[in-house]
Amino acid sequence: METYYDPTDLGKFSEIGKDAPELAAKFFDYYGAVFAEGELTEREKALIALAVAHTVQCPYCIDAYTRACLEKGSSLGEMTEAVHVVTAIRGGASLVHGLQMRKIAEKLSL
Amino acid sequence: MTERATGEYGTEPFREILMRHGLQLCRDRTTALQVNVGLNCDLSCRHCHLEAGPGRDEMMERVTMDAVIDCARRFRFSSIDITGGAPELVPGIDYLARALAELTPRVVLRSNLIALSRGRGAELCELYRDLKAVLVVSLPATNAAQTEAQRGAGVWERSIAALKMLNGLGYGMEGSSLELDLVSNPAGAFLPASQQQAEKKFRGDLMRKYGISFNALYTFANVPLGRFLSFLERSGNLEGYRSKLAAGFNPCTVEGLMCRTQLSVDWLGRLHDCDFNLAAGLFHGGQLKLISALSELPAPGTPIPVGDHCYACTVGSGFT
Repeated sequence: METYYDPTDLGKFSEIGKDAPELAAKFFDYYGAVFAEGELTEREKALIALAVAHTVQCPYCIDAYTRACLEKGSSLGEMTEAVHVVTAIRGGASLVHGLQMRKIAEKLSL
Repeated sequence: MTERATGEYGTEPFREILMRHGLQLCRDRTTALQVNVGLNCDLSCRHCHLEAGPGRDEMMERVTMDAVIDCARRFRFSSIDITGGAPELVPGIDYLARALAELTPRVVLRSNLIALSRGRGAELCELYRDLKAVLVVSLPATNAAQTEAQRGAGVWERSIAALKMLNGLGYGMEGSSLELDLVSNPAGAFLPASQQQAEKKFRGDLMRKYGISFNALYTFANVPLGRFLSFLERSGNLEGYRSKLAAGFNPCTVEGLMCRTQLSVDWLGRLHDCDFNLAAGLFHGGQLKLISALSELPAPGTPIPVGDHCYACTVGSGFT
């Protein structure tokens, strides 16, 4: 069955440089620098990326950063907790907007 | 793109990738001897390239131990590394360790940790301490789930207990000359973490949670042979793992590969260039030769038989 998402596309990411090589080069240089060890370790950065991948719900990113987290030495427990952090923030972001709803509703209500 | 021949990995054969990079895998000066005393083990780890386990009865006998000792006396290796299986389960392991410790400045015992904590384990630990043997023990992760996924139920608690016991003997403690090193193989079809980063995490986790210290941690890729190969086949990970190993080939690792400076001898006295070639049935020099017949060390430049499993030692920063 054909789908919009094809796992083999992930390995072809660099082909995005066709027709706009300079922009792609800048992006990939930046990307590489971001994930290099700095104040945060590569393992910590991969966990953040895994969490963000779930927020943006990108299947390529989830695939890539699940593998990256395992290869950087994270446990499934740590990875699952990272996804719960995402869930808490996403859920909290919805819920905190409930204050706005309440404020408007209270102003409109008798 | 040029069409490349397909090896057993469905990728470029290891032999050909070496040629394409203008490399040959040849022996350097031999400085180390690895002694595999047999496949009997009290664990059946799912990544074991030798398929060692409780059902295996291959074990080194005294006559072969004597041939190994005689070889060590003739050539004076700078390091002798005893592995298995679980060496602790081999009758006469104390005899072998004692004799070899007199013939080399560095005798290393590889252990699954569990065999150290039962049977003759405690007695052997004291012997190893007295011989100042280096202990290299397996611990894939700092959590129970990944450790037991690889090594079996109940292994985590017993591994932690064994590490505490070794620290109690002085192994891995600051200021002590007793060296305790950990080996971490990934608990699945993925590559290992960088050694430096993994060591930092293990050191922090083990000290903070359990008060355990050690000297060094080594991370190694799992080799697609034996039980790990079966896992890859069953789980549908074989093609992806093989491709990953081949794609990560790093030509700079070849010069430092351990097979260039080490001879490996199995429980029957047969010579190989490394424990993985032993598992793959590849003999040193391409033909069966016994350690008792070794009249001189291999000449530098002697070719080393290779197979596509060698990709596991040349991926990333390599197996040195």
